[in-house]
Amino acid sequence: MTERIVGQSVRRRDLLEKVTGAATYTVDVVPSGTLHAKVVRSTHAHARITEIDRTAALQSPGVVAVITSDDLGGLFPRFGHIVPDHCILAIGKVRYYGEPVALVVAESVVAAADAAQLVDVRYEELPAVMTAAAALEPDAPLVHEEAYRASNDESFAAMAATPDDGASDISRDNVAHEVSLEWGDVDSAFAVAAAVVEDQVHYPMLYAYAMEPYNAVATFQDGHLHVVSTAQHPFMVRTDLARIFSLPLARVRVEVPYVGGGYGSKSYTKVEPLAAVGSWVTGRPVKLVLDVEESIYTTRADAADIRVRSAFDDTGCILAREFEIVLDSGAYADNSPLVLAKAVNRCFGPYRVPNLRIHGRSLYTNTSPASSYRGFGAPQGSLAGELNLDHAAQELGIGPVEIRLRNLVEPGQEILRGKRGIDADLKADLEMVADSLRRDAKSAPGYGIGVGCSASDAGAFPVSTAQVRLQTDGSVLLLSGSTEMGQGSRSALAQIAAEELGVALTDVHVAQSDTGTGPYERTTGASRTTTLVGLAVQRACADARGKIATMAAEVFGGQAADYEPAPGGVRGPDGPVVGFGEVIVRWFGANAGEVTGIGLVRRDGATQKMPPFWEVGMVGVEVGVDEETGVVEVEQLVTVADVGFAINPKAVEGQDLGAATQGLGGALYEELVYDGPQLLNPNIVEYRVPRIGDMPRKIDTMIAERHDGVGPYGAKGAGEGALNPMAAAVASAVARATGHWPTQLPLTPERVWRMLNGLPPNA
Amino acid sequence: MTGQQYGIDVTAEVNGVEVTRSVSPRHTLAQFLRDDLGLTGTKVSCELQVCGACSVLVDGAPVSACTYLAADIDGRTVETVEGLAAGGELHPLQRSFVDNFALQCGFCTPGFLMMAKSLLDRNPDPTEEEVREYLDGNICRCTGYRPIVEAVLEAAREMRQEPVND
Repeated sequence: MTERIVGQSVRRRDLLEKVTGAATYTVDVVPSGTLHAKVVRSTHAHARITEIDRTAALQSPGVVAVITSDDLGGLFPRFGHIVPDHCILAIGKVRYYGEPVALVVAESVVAAADAAQLVDVRYEELPAVMTAAAALEPDAPLVHEEAYRASNDESFAAMAATPDDGASDISRDNVAHEVSLEWGDVDSAFAVAAAVVEDQVHYPMLYAYAMEPYNAVATFQDGHLHVVSTAQHPFMVRTDLARIFSLPLARVRVEVPYVGGGYGSKSYTKVEPLAAVGSWVTGRPVKLVLDVEESIYTTRADAADIRVRSAFDDTGCILAREFEIVLDSGAYADNSPLVLAKAVNRCFGPYRVPNLRIHGRSLYTNTSPASSYRGFGAPQGSLAGELNLDHAAQELGIGPVEIRLRNLVEPGQEILRGKRGIDADLKADLEMVADSLRRDAKSAPGYGIGVGCSASDAGAFPVSTAQVRLQTDGSVLLLSGSTEMGQGSRSALAQIAAEELGVALTDVHVAQSDTGTGPYERTTGASRTTTLVGLAVQRACADARGKIATMAAEVFGGQAADYEPAPGGVRGPDGPVVGFGEVIVRWFGANAGEVTGIGLVRRDGATQKMPPFWEVGMVGVEVGVDEETGVVEVEQLVTVADVGFAINPKAVEGQDLGAATQGLGGALYEELVYDGPQLLNPNIVEYRVPRIGDMPRKIDTMIAERHDGVGPYGAKGAGEGALNPMAAAVASAVARATGHWPTQLPLTPERVWRMLNGLPPNA
Repeated sequence: MTGQQYGIDVTAEVNGVEVTRSVSPRHTLAQFLRDDLGLTGTKVSCELQVCGACSVLVDGAPVSACTYLAADIDGRTVETVEGLAAGGELHPLQRSFVDNFALQCGFCTPGFLMMAKSLLDRNPDPTEEEVREYLDGNICRCTGYRPIVEAVLEAAREMRQEPVND
């Protein structure tokens, strides 16, 4: 079949709403009678709460309630989708500077903010562990004295740090989670290697800076909880909220309008429980909007210290790799167990590694909680794995492209033992990058190129549902539980439905992310929507067509099999096409009714083998380094989005360039810095993200389409790929330009200048 | 609401409509637009005048509505993203932002559109370098900026009535 609508760079309808200011985001939702909340936050990294005096705050004008954990009696006072260790409001002690201690609810935003300053919290300071290294000390203070029972969800159970047999509830160390992966005989391989190259790298704490801060508005009335929030995964948030209030899932409704950027940082539960307890206490809608500083303290990315050692034969082929990974995961687990598991899976790269040994630990520290951020685990792991490969290439006298061509897996080959083989031609992708870089290479002193390859086990756990509702006028309502946070899923899913049903794109309307009225979706993350929801939409369309054929046979005679699919309807045995609407109207016997097609995706058939697909990251850069100032300029940025099939090519390029740009940010500018108990730079002045003037003059975003994904028309996910190997590519380009191998990001002018002058990376 | 007893009367022209309200002295222009007038197209992000998301035009010049006081717009004109599409017809910048995929999540977009309008009002024929320079105070976390530069240059060509090549 020739595609009509998919594969075209169609106008995204959500963009039309967004350029006029009409698009609704959570921050714009204020039900009538809404109260406003402000969080009172910890001023210590680790301290026992001895007293909370709310008298003055309660007397402040407009204040309705001041809530602490003492008021949450009868509730399950914590949340967390893997390990429910996260207190809604601190219980007994605080574990990081910025942790919510009390919630002030008032008639206006300013009234709540004024009163929050009057809540008097007394602390007794405890020794704090501010770094992963400190957390690993034998007699380190414990961030958590208790080990919490983990989720029994199939895809998280293996991630749990604690045994679910109830053997021990007492925590003995600060290890939140531990993962090992091993095959072959690593020690023997190192013993016979022609070359062994070792590196140690540090990946900084990052903040995703989604420009719409975390916010939610909750209404708890008559035993029903309705929350509108910025959550990427409304169904996961629903589960946490139902557990807190002991409500049936059906009585918790989480709705997500347009999201002002997510990048993974809005995965899982954040501010929803705070808004919900505010409404539970006051009986009125409660809105909580964080500012940027509060958002930074809510979720950051895991910092990583990684030691890597690789063994090669004399032709540059990998014999063995060994990694020791330590993540600084902050005060609460959130999604860090999964970030660690992914760092382990993704650190050694899409190469043939006959002998492998990896040990990873995620550590609790008295810093802000870490969780998902675009590509999670992959950027941290790739920095070590890819930089080490480049370092080895130099030692072996091989080019960066050549060493990868010698080691990359072939299409179909396994990267992880027993998992889906790679559904991509990585060597062909790399050649595309190399050709583009070579065309414009400066090849002068002070310039260097770097390439980076990664393949991520993406798609997450395949549970997805979709509904298409065919209307009497032939238009189509498409329902999905996935969220639109800018990535363009709403438009791409409409394209798929229009293609499948043979209707015009303008006839399809998409409604998303409402657990109360729409179908279930496990998550919107891991680049899964186009592939997995796309499959669910295809199946829903087929289901609707089948129902229409059955109804047409009942109305017009014959068998359902006599009614062939046709654009916008079915073709009967006599020839003419009967539109969906006409079949519906004739079957119901009135100008009324509709037909709903349902599509379900689980671990079965095409999506049986894990991961559902591999997400490819394939990038190249050329940098110029100013020896006097240490300033790194990116001259060329080249990416290949290997997406199998691009449903909307311009949207795919946009996602890949966006991911690459965030990767440049992590490589060159971005780093959250702790100094004592608190961050030095919890704001967008001192946490510098890429600006328009930082963008390279040459940007070449290419798309590779080989129809090799399991998704619709051979599609597979996009959106994280280009970020994953970017930091490593930049770091190795800087190494080639300067002759010095970076050990730490970001490569700020000062850090590069220090490296050029033989000084340690930090003053 | 807090501040009512200290209200300052403000009369301004917002998107061509004269409005009068009593505002508290610490009320920001962003709160005035979003909460008092229901013009929620203007978004607030960094609250430190470095992200540009809340940019609106006051007497034709760009300001950060997150920190500009509502009391200071008395007697002035304010333009927001809601005022760009005259008579329901998209402004050339809005059209070219959509056609060039110059936005994804859209949270920064109202600010970019107002800054770009301010640029083209002053300089109908900017170079690529001038576009980058003028928009350096606006952050976008989604697009990588290239499509935004292309969109502004294309809208400028259209507004000068030169042929637009897609």
